[in-house]
Amino acid sequence: MALQLDARPPAAPASGRSRPTRTGRLSRIDTKYSPYLYIAPFFVVFAIFGAWPLAYTLWVSLHDWDLLGSNPTFVGADNYTRLLADGDFWHSVVNTLGIFVISTVPQLLLALWLANLLNRQLRFRTGWRMAVLIPNVTSTAAVAIVFGVLFGREFGMINWALDLVGVDPIGWKSDRFASWVAISAMVDWRWTGYNALIFLAAMQAIPRDMYEAAAIDGANRARQFWSVTVPLLKPTIIFCVIISTIGGLQLFTEPRLFHSGTNAIRGGPLRESQTLTMYMFENAFAPYYNFGYGSAVAWLLFALIAIVAAINVLIIRRLGAGARPQVGQRKGGSR
Amino acid sequence: MGTFPRHRLAAVALAAAGALLVTSGCSSDDAGDGKITLTVDVFGQFGYEQLYQEYMDANPDVKIVERGTGGNLDEYSPKLTQWLAAGKGAGDVVAIEEGLMVEYKANPDNFVNLLDHGAAELKGNFLEWKWNQGLTADGQKLIGLGTDVGGMAMCYRTDLFAKAGLPTDREEVSKLWPTWEDYIAVGEKFKAANTGASFLDAATNTFNTIVLQTAGNAQGYHYYDTSDNLVVDSNPAVKQAWDITMNIIDAGLSGKYGSWSEEWVSAFKQSKFATIACPAWMTGVIEGNAGPEAKGKWDIARVPGDGGNWGGSHLAVPRQSKHQDEAIKLVKFLTSPQGHIGAFKAKGPLPSSPQALDDAAITDATNAYFSDAPVGKIFGAGAKTLKPVYMGPKNQAVRTEVENAVRTVELGQRSPDQGWQDAVANAKKAAAK
Repeated sequence: MALQLDARPPAAPASGRSRPTRTGRLSRIDTKYSPYLYIAPFFVVFAIFGAWPLAYTLWVSLHDWDLLGSNPTFVGADNYTRLLADGDFWHSVVNTLGIFVISTVPQLLLALWLANLLNRQLRFRTGWRMAVLIPNVTSTAAVAIVFGVLFGREFGMINWALDLVGVDPIGWKSDRFASWVAISAMVDWRWTGYNALIFLAAMQAIPRDMYEAAAIDGANRARQFWSVTVPLLKPTIIFCVIISTIGGLQLFTEPRLFHSGTNAIRGGPLRESQTLTMYMFENAFAPYYNFGYGSAVAWLLFALIAIVAAINVLIIRRLGAGARPQVGQRKGGSR
Repeated sequence: MGTFPRHRLAAVALAAAGALLVTSGCSSDDAGDGKITLTVDVFGQFGYEQLYQEYMDANPDVKIVERGTGGNLDEYSPKLTQWLAAGKGAGDVVAIEEGLMVEYKANPDNFVNLLDHGAAELKGNFLEWKWNQGLTADGQKLIGLGTDVGGMAMCYRTDLFAKAGLPTDREEVSKLWPTWEDYIAVGEKFKAANTGASFLDAATNTFNTIVLQTAGNAQGYHYYDTSDNLVVDSNPAVKQAWDITMNIIDAGLSGKYGSWSEEWVSAFKQSKFATIACPAWMTGVIEGNAGPEAKGKWDIARVPGDGGNWGGSHLAVPRQSKHQDEAIKLVKFLTSPQGHIGAFKAKGPLPSSPQALDDAAITDATNAYFSDAPVGKIFGAGAKTLKPVYMGPKNQAVRTEVENAVRTVELGQRSPDQGWQDAVANAKKAAAK
């Protein structure tokens, strides 16, 4: 609704009037302030559901705050110092980063490859493009539960298949690396197609003549991909990397529902796949109900995401730097 | 207003209408027909459906909705805590499990003090310790009235026992295992028969049964002493239960199905284990998980060792309820001796009311699902002399750590010694959080 209306040109006051009329003033005020009114809902909603909880979480994290208790006591940075010395916290940081790396890297590479395939002249092109998005429209909870069953120790299909080829059953839920792989598989299954479509959209915006020029210069398909497509996709890649970083570091539903039964929030008996958000939940809610400590975990998670996102951007900048000037010149020349 | 562009006006009006829609979408507390809706929050199987119907027939202006039936306590208790902390969302009547009672009692103002509403005269309707569990330390506030207690037995699969060449009659099976050592010996025989099933479901469940038994028979406390000191490492009852459990694991009797996991439920369905430690309320869980196809294949024998109590709940009325008086009335009805009997008949939770325990409806009760086992006699016999175990402030968190250590040993991730060290260290950490 708002989009449609915003797209119309603002009613500009008629020029050449001798004196401002009441209508004219209203119009001017309208022209000047209405845009703010239209974008206000986002900022109001963000202030209520984004900024305020963020600030409140910081406030809570400075207290010894029992979720049910009525009198939280101010403890300063105590929660943070305890947290930094908490082995289980660092364990969950390693889990989160581990799952993040083994899910995101293959995911984005695979998405790039898929997008490149879909960008060619294919039969049933729209069908293929829609097909890669299907995993993304299924419910995360359903996906997690189904994968949880597939990766079951005794009744799981994966172990059954492994058994057929003579591999011993794997404890997907009680082995650290195996559980990371299982959860990454789940994440990738769901998000690869989504990223592929974003890459595809960006690829289609690359002018054909650049490929023609590259072909004339003697670049084969692979060379075209690495020297034309990838550098021009850089902003999109950065976008996908940041979105994946935020999502990957906040991973909760998949690992939480991957485990079931008593105390699933631990992510395995030895916290094999407990992510940071699960650790946050475990402390803020059951079984500890220590809201202050949980809030401190939330803020450190925020810091971690900022750091990892910054590192990501740096790496991507570096990677693309070699090819950029050349492309930039061409781009400039053609316009 | 005059020339204020019409489409913009429309936009503002639409936005306002949208906002109204969003806000009004939240609250629809009462049914449009003028009835009061009472929401009851439970976990597992409380067996109240028939009782609700009776109550609604007698009180036509009340409609009762139950939430959480069949759910897992681990998922229920954080939700309840969040509702209480948020001051919104909890049902008008909520179930509180005994292990969490102490934590909720620490902040009694979240709940209606039932003593202010004439509950004192009901004291005789409950076993004394059950009544006291709902009472704050100073005795001034009563936040919950008792529902069930968890009298203990051992449920077993007659078909698997027959396959292993073991007796199937419940009297004879009971005679097989006066002690846990005997239970292990039977398990070894069972295992040797290679039936394709394990002897028991999960060492954690069995451990919890044993520790509640050893503690109940000794000082009456397990992880915390009655002055709320953490005594995991110094309480011989805990160590004794740990050692018995290690022997069970050592003998390879456990199927290692993580309790309450999907795997555990599958194992019920696929007849993958032969025995399960069975507090009275577990009979409902077994029936739910194993399904109608296993009807008549289960039976109930006495538990190895002596007695013990696992679980049992209270019903409370959160102060945030908008219909407190009606909710209190409903709680009194559901926790009356008649209410206890009705629940027992439906899903098997054992009454905590002495009157109900003496009633013929209980003493003569049999359970068709469990090969017509005389459940009233089996569970009811020891109920009045049950020795309850005291639960300290962070009981749930500490129990989680200790059971988790059992699980790591069961899965072969830790040796029994390492597991015990983990249990003690993590329990201390949990208690300090």
